[in-house]
Amino acid sequence: MATVLGLYNYWIAIFLMMTGFYVVIAHGNLVKKIVGLNIFQVAVFILYISMGKVRGGSAPILAEGVTSYSNPLPHVLILTAIVVGVATTALGLALVIRINEAYGTVEEDDIHSQDEPE
Amino acid sequence: MQLGQHLPILQVVIPLLSAPLCLLLRNGRLAWMFTLAVSWLVLAGAVWLLLQVLAHGTVSYALGTWPAPWGIEYHLDHVSAFVLLIVSGISAVVLPFAGKSVAREIPADRVSLFYTLYLLCLTGLLGIVITGDAFNLFVFLEISALSSYALISQGRDRRALTASYHYLILGTIGATFILIGVGLLYMMTGTLNMQDLAARLPAVTDTRTVRTAFAFLVVGISLKLALFPLHLWLPNAYTYAPSVVTAFLAATATKVGVYVLLRFVFTIFGAAFAFQAMSLGPILLVLALLAIFNASTVAIFQDNLKRMLAYSSVAQIGYMVLGISFASLTGLTAGILHLFNHALMKGALFLALGAVFYQLGTVQLTQLRGLGRRMPWTMAAIVIGGLSLVGVPLTVGFISKWYLILAALESGWWPVAVLVLLGSLLAMVYIGRLVETAYFHAPPEDDREVREAPLSMLLPIWTLILANLYFGIDTSLTVGVARQAAALLLGVSP
Amino acid sequence: MSPVFTMLLALTVPLVAVPLVVAARRRPNLRESVTLIAATLLFGLVVSLAPQVMDGARPAVILAEPFPGLPLALALEPLGLLFALIASFLWLITSVYSIGYMRGHKEQHQTRFYAYFAIALAAVMGVAFAGNMLTLFVFYEVLTLSTYPLVTHAGTDQARRAGRVYLGLLLGTSIVFLLLAIAWTWLLAGTTDFTPGGILSGTAPAATLGLLLTLYVFGVGKAALMPFHRWLPAAMVAPTPVSALLHAVAVVKAGVFTILKVSVYLFGSGLMITLVASQWLQYVAAATILLASLVAMRQDNLKARLAYSTISQLGYVVLGALLANAAGIVGSAMHIATHAFGKITLFFCAGVILVATHKTEISQMRGLGRRMPITMMAFLIASLSIIGLPPAGGTWSKWYLAIGTLEAGQLALLAVLMISSLLNIAYLLPIPLHAFFSAPSGDNVPGGTYEAPLFSLAAIIITTLGCLVLFFYPGPLYQLASQIGR
Repeated sequence: MATVLGLYNYWIAIFLMMTGFYVVIAHGNLVKKIVGLNIFQVAVFILYISMGKVRGGSAPILAEGVTSYSNPLPHVLILTAIVVGVATTALGLALVIRINEAYGTVEEDDIHSQDEPE
Repeated sequence: MQLGQHLPILQVVIPLLSAPLCLLLRNGRLAWMFTLAVSWLVLAGAVWLLLQVLAHGTVSYALGTWPAPWGIEYHLDHVSAFVLLIVSGISAVVLPFAGKSVAREIPADRVSLFYTLYLLCLTGLLGIVITGDAFNLFVFLEISALSSYALISQGRDRRALTASYHYLILGTIGATFILIGVGLLYMMTGTLNMQDLAARLPAVTDTRTVRTAFAFLVVGISLKLALFPLHLWLPNAYTYAPSVVTAFLAATATKVGVYVLLRFVFTIFGAAFAFQAMSLGPILLVLALLAIFNASTVAIFQDNLKRMLAYSSVAQIGYMVLGISFASLTGLTAGILHLFNHALMKGALFLALGAVFYQLGTVQLTQLRGLGRRMPWTMAAIVIGGLSLVGVPLTVGFISKWYLILAALESGWWPVAVLVLLGSLLAMVYIGRLVETAYFHAPPEDDREVREAPLSMLLPIWTLILANLYFGIDTSLTVGVARQAAALLLGVSP
Repeated sequence: MSPVFTMLLALTVPLVAVPLVVAARRRPNLRESVTLIAATLLFGLVVSLAPQVMDGARPAVILAEPFPGLPLALALEPLGLLFALIASFLWLITSVYSIGYMRGHKEQHQTRFYAYFAIALAAVMGVAFAGNMLTLFVFYEVLTLSTYPLVTHAGTDQARRAGRVYLGLLLGTSIVFLLLAIAWTWLLAGTTDFTPGGILSGTAPAATLGLLLTLYVFGVGKAALMPFHRWLPAAMVAPTPVSALLHAVAVVKAGVFTILKVSVYLFGSGLMITLVASQWLQYVAAATILLASLVAMRQDNLKARLAYSTISQLGYVVLGALLANAAGIVGSAMHIATHAFGKITLFFCAGVILVATHKTEISQMRGLGRRMPITMMAFLIASLSIIGLPPAGGTWSKWYLAIGTLEAGQLALLAVLMISSLLNIAYLLPIPLHAFFSAPSGDNVPGGTYEAPLFSLAAIIITTLGCLVLFFYPGPLYQLASQIGR
C-alpha cells in the first residue's frame, strides 16, 4: 500500500494521460481533441518534473550548508518540451480555423459527410 | 579551426538559419533559388561526411565543446551518414523540380513561407540523423514533424487540412510516447547521450521501467514511420499534400523514422535485449508481413494514384521492417539498403506524378488514359519506377529483394521468402493497372492539349530513375555502406 | 577479334539498332534496312564464335558485380552457342518475313514493333551467353518485359487481356519460384556459375535438392510446362512474326534452354539421375506433351493449334533435360534447333495465309493448296519435322530423345513419345492434306494463285530448307549438342 501511495506522482501522470488520450479518441470536436492532446502532453511534463525531485533536496542553487539538490536537468528538458507542446497546439488550432473556413464546421462527423460524396 | 571539423553542426545550422532568411525573401523565385543553394550545400556536406566516416570511422562533435555525456554530442557513424546522404540527396533532387511545381500549386504570396517550412523540415530530418543525444532527437523530430504538418496542409484540396490535422494528432501522440520512453530511460540511467545510454543500460535492463520505456519508444517510433497498423495518418497526408511535399516526405520522413527505430533498438537497447528479452523479432515480422499484404492489396483498389503510391509506401516500409526483424547481418543490410532504394523509387514516382499533376491537374487513374503517348517521358519514368517497385532485375528494387529473401532463407524462414515474393506480385498488379490505363486506353473525350512536362521537371525525375538503374547494377556503394552499417549496429564484423 | 569482344559486340548490336530504328521511323525502307543489317551482323558475329567454341574455347567476362561474389557475367559454351546461332539466324529470317507481313497487313506502330523486337533479341543473346544463373535470370526478365509490348501490339481489349496473362504468368512464376530457387542455390553452393558437372551435388539432402529442382522447372514459366502454359496460347494475339520468332523460337526456347542449363550445369547429370523429384517432373512433362497434343486437336484457329503444339513440343525438350543422360541432353538440344525451324515455318505459313486470304480458322483452309502451293508445301514439310518423320530434321532429335528414355529405362515415357507423335500426325497433317486434296470450301474459289508477299515467301522457303538440311546434314548440330556439359 505504501508503495502504491508512495508512487502517487505516477498515478497522477497516468490518470491525466489516460484522460487526455480518451478525449483525443472519443471526441469528434476538433478543438476538444486538441485540448485532450494538451492534457496528454501535460501528463508527461508532470512525469518528468516529478522525477527530477530528490526527496529532501533543495532547489538546485548552490548555497551554504546544502548538500542535496533536486536534479534540474529534467526541468530544463521539459521546458523545451513545453515549447514544442505550445507550438503543436498553436499549429493545431490554426489548422482547425482553416478547417472551419473550408468546411464551416469543426465536427469530425460533419466533415466526413461533406467529403464523402466526392 | 578548420571548417570541416564543424561540418556536423553546420549540417543542421545552415538550413536552420536559412529558414528565417528565406522568410525575408518575399519573392518566391528568389526563395526557391536560395533553398536550392542551401540544399545543394547540405548535400555536399553530407557526401563529405560520408567519405569521412568511410575513411576514418565514426565522427563525433561536441556541441559548444561541452564533452559528452554532459554536452550534446553529434555522432555520425555509417548508419547516420548513409541516411544523411539519402535525406540531403533527395532534397537536392526534389528542389529543382519544386520550382515550377510549387509555383503552380502554392499561391504566390505564400511561396517563400513554403520554402521556409521546407528548410525547417529539412533541418529537423537532418538533425534527427546526426544527433547523438536522445532528447535532442525528440526536439528535431518535432521540428520536422511540425513543419511537415504545415507543409501538408498547403495542398490545394481542402482535405489536405483534415489530413494534416490527423497527422498532427497521431504524430504528437507518437512523439509524446517517444518523450515518455526517453524520460524513463533517463530515470534509470541518468544520461541522455546515446553511447552513454548504451553503456549504462545493460546493468538495468531487467527492470520494468526499462521494458516500459522500450515499449513506449517502439510504439511511438512505429507511429512515426507508419508501421502497420499505425499507418492510418499516412495515405491521406501523402494524397493531399502538394506534389513536392509528398515526394520529399515519402522519400525521407519515413526513412528517418526507420533510422530512429534502428538507433534505439540496436544502438541503445542492443539487439540482445530487444530481440531476446523483448522478442521484438516475431512482432515486427508479423506486422511487416501484414503491412506488405494489407497495404499492397488496398493499393490495388485505389483510383487516386498518389493514394495508391502512399499505400505502396506503407507496404514498402513493411519490407524495411521485415529486414530489421531478422536481426541478422543480411537482414539488417537488406533493411538499410531498402531505405536508400525505396527513397530512390518513391522519390522518382511521386515526382513523376507531380509532373502529371502539373499538366493534368489531377492524378485520378481514369484521367490518365492515353497519357503514354502524350507525356511519353514522364510515363516511361513511371513505368521504370514501377518496375523497380516490383523488383525487376537491373533496378534497385531487385537488389533489396534479393537481400531480403537471402536473409529469410538464411534464418530458415523460407515461407517468409515466398511471402516477400508474393507481395511483389501485388505491386505488379497495381503498377500493371497504371500501365494499361496509360498505354491502352484512348485519351478522354474532352481532349485538352496535354504536353510533356517541362525539362526542369523531367531532369530531376530522370536523375532518380537513372539512379534506380545505376544502383541496380553497381551496388558497391549502397551494399557496401549498408553492410558496414548493419555490422556496426549488430556489433559484429561485416 | 577476341571471342570475349565478339560476345559483347553481339550483345550490343541489337541494342544499337534500337535508337537507329527509332530515328529512321519516318523512312520505312531505311528502318527495315537497319534491322536487316543488325541481324546480319549479329548472325555473322555468332557464327564467327562457333569454331572457337567447337575447339574447346570457353570465353568468359564479367559485366558488373551487383552482389559481392555474384557477378553479372557472360560465359560461352556449346549449348549457349547453339541457342544464339538459332536465334540470331532466325531473327534475320524473321526480319525479312516481317517486312512482307507488316506491310502486307498494314500493321500500326511498325517502328515500335521493330524496336522492341531488337531489344528482345539482345535479351535472348544475354540469356544464351549468361555465365551464371543470376545473369540468365536478369536477361530472362528483360526478355519478358521487352516482349510485352509486342504481345499487346494490337492494343485491343483482347490484346490487353493476353498481356495480363502473359506478364502475370511469366513474371509471377519467375519472381516467386525462380528467384527463390536462385537465392537458395546461392546459399547452398556459394555460387551460381554454370559449371560442367554441376555445383549442387552434395550440398543438401536429396529431398531439398528435389524441391529446388521443382522450383526451377516450374519457375521457368517460359518452358510452358503445365499448369503454367496459359500464357502461350494467349500471346498468340500478337502479330504473326512475333508469334513466329518469339513464341516458337526465342521466348519459349529461352525457357527450355534455361531448364537444360539448370539440369546440365547447376545440378549436373550425375545428380539429376539420382533425384526422385526429377522423375516426377518427367511425368509432368510427359503429361504436358500428351495433354497439349490433345488440346491442339480441338483447336480450329490455326495459331492456337500451333501454340498448343508448341507447348507439347517444349515438353519434349524439358523431358530430355530432366532425363539428363547423354542421349537425352543431345536430343533435347537438337530438338531446340529442329523444332525452332519447323515451328517458325508453320507460323510463317499461318501468317501469310492470314495476309493473303484473311483466314484464321483451319476449317476455312480446305483447297487452299491450289491457291498457295508453295506455302502449303512448306507447311507439309515443317509438319513432318514437328512430327519427326523423314525427310525433316525433327527425326533426329526425336530419335535421340527416344534413346534417352530407353537409357533411363522409362518405357512408359517412350510410349508417351510414340503416342504423341501419332497425335502430331493427327492434328498437323490434315491441314496441308485438306489444302491440297479437298474440294475448295466456301469462297476458296479457284482464281489463280495468290501467293504471299515476296519477302515473306522467301523467308518461308529458307526455313523450310532449314528443316531439310537438318535432316540431311545433322552432323554439325550433333557435334555441338554432344559437346554440352564438357
